[in-house]
Amino acid sequence: MEVTFQFDWAAAFRSIPHLLPGIPWTLLISFGGLAIGFIIGIVFGLMRISPSRLIRWPAIVYIEVFRGTPILVQVLFIFYGLPQLLGSPINALTAGIAAIAVNSGAYISEVVRGGVQSIERGQREASLSLGLSRTQAFRYVIWPQAFRRMIPPLGNQGIISIKDTSLFSVIGVGELVRQGQIYIATTFTALEVYFMVALMYLAITWSLSLLLRQLEKRGLVGQ
Amino acid sequence: MTQNENAPAPIVRMEKVNKHFGSLHVLKEIDLEVAPGEVVVIIGASGSGKSTLIRCINGLEEFQEGHIDVDGNELTPHGRSGQALQKIRTEVGMVFQQFNLFPHLSVLDNVILAPMKVRSWSRADAVETADRLLERVGISDQAAKYPSQLSGGQQQRVALARALAMEPRLMLFDEPTSALDPEMIGEVLDAMRELVREGMTMIIVTHEMGFAREVADRVIYIHKGEIAEQAPPEQIFDSPTDERTRSFLARVLKH
Repeated sequence: MEVTFQFDWAAAFRSIPHLLPGIPWTLLISFGGLAIGFIIGIVFGLMRISPSRLIRWPAIVYIEVFRGTPILVQVLFIFYGLPQLLGSPINALTAGIAAIAVNSGAYISEVVRGGVQSIERGQREASLSLGLSRTQAFRYVIWPQAFRRMIPPLGNQGIISIKDTSLFSVIGVGELVRQGQIYIATTFTALEVYFMVALMYLAITWSLSLLLRQLEKRGLVGQ
Repeated sequence: MTQNENAPAPIVRMEKVNKHFGSLHVLKEIDLEVAPGEVVVIIGASGSGKSTLIRCINGLEEFQEGHIDVDGNELTPHGRSGQALQKIRTEVGMVFQQFNLFPHLSVLDNVILAPMKVRSWSRADAVETADRLLERVGISDQAAKYPSQLSGGQQQRVALARALAMEPRLMLFDEPTSALDPEMIGEVLDAMRELVREGMTMIIVTHEMGFAREVADRVIYIHKGEIAEQAPPEQIFDSPTDERTRSFLARVLKH
């Protein structure tokens, strides 16, 4: 049998308007989730390095649980499992944002911990010796330096979380992959459509990379 | 040290201070008094506890027994001093071996941070003081630069200005020239000499024996966590009475 199949550029371009509606959903889920994840990460990352075992332990448990289980299982648990517990359904968008939040939050906690612990002990000692309180030393001296060092790993996590949202097609939220699947169901152009879907992810993640590179460059002064 | 009756109260008084690091007895029964305006230089081998001793004075190190009084504020064992510690740190400046400047802040911002946040000075007041201090240590033209753009000697002079901006009553120096290239040691020692001339109370840990002899009112030799001998510099360097001091000086002065 002769192989007649070719990549159909026209079909690929035709799919674009059908895929575009997925982009806002993908962005909303990933950046909404990451914003919450960042707050979770700061709180649990700092708890993780607390001298008090009572504060440290919940953070360790949270990080291990959400880093050690697949995000697909997490979102299925939130979308199908939690409603049984709560007695009311959770919409797919909320479930998606929540899954990105708790999952990225666990990784970002470790990023925050690493960033803060990477600051030389002398910085804290110099701050305290000048009469700054521990809180002031953290706010004005430790955190600004730690945050700069956190930018590259945070960017990494951002890119991972954006790609993770593709899994949420399983709960029917209308993100990029879901839009692709719907379109393919009527046109049978899987090759072209998934190629375009991949390109759109690449456009999003690449933009983020460029933005972060700029941020890093600006932050480099004085390091 | 003997004190005559109308001598001012000591600014630092350490009584029977003991510090342990696990099984290591780092400071043994340290008794030390420093009078206002006095310049005390602490010498000793590395690991003898001399840095630990001055770090106890501003609470960067905890101790287990004894007590330390700094200008009427008392430090208690196990770091439970609370407000007194905070008070001491605002009145005691420290210069570190590794400078410890804040790399994310400009030279000027390094100097004005503590006066603004701790003493609640206005920015204008803090900048005015900073300008004066930076000029005094010869860095006034570098105020907008970041620490990484300065030489080691310049960084250490900024660190000195930063500590002085809090208008301390006592300055601690923890091997301030040990991390410097030889050609930069002089400029830092010059800045310290000027401080001595102004009558600042100083406790200096150093390996610069010539400098110690020149500026010290009293030299303390620490051996394995103990004060082995303390005397005016001429006496310590020319006719030490303790055998341990003699052998230490023989080793360091040979080079």
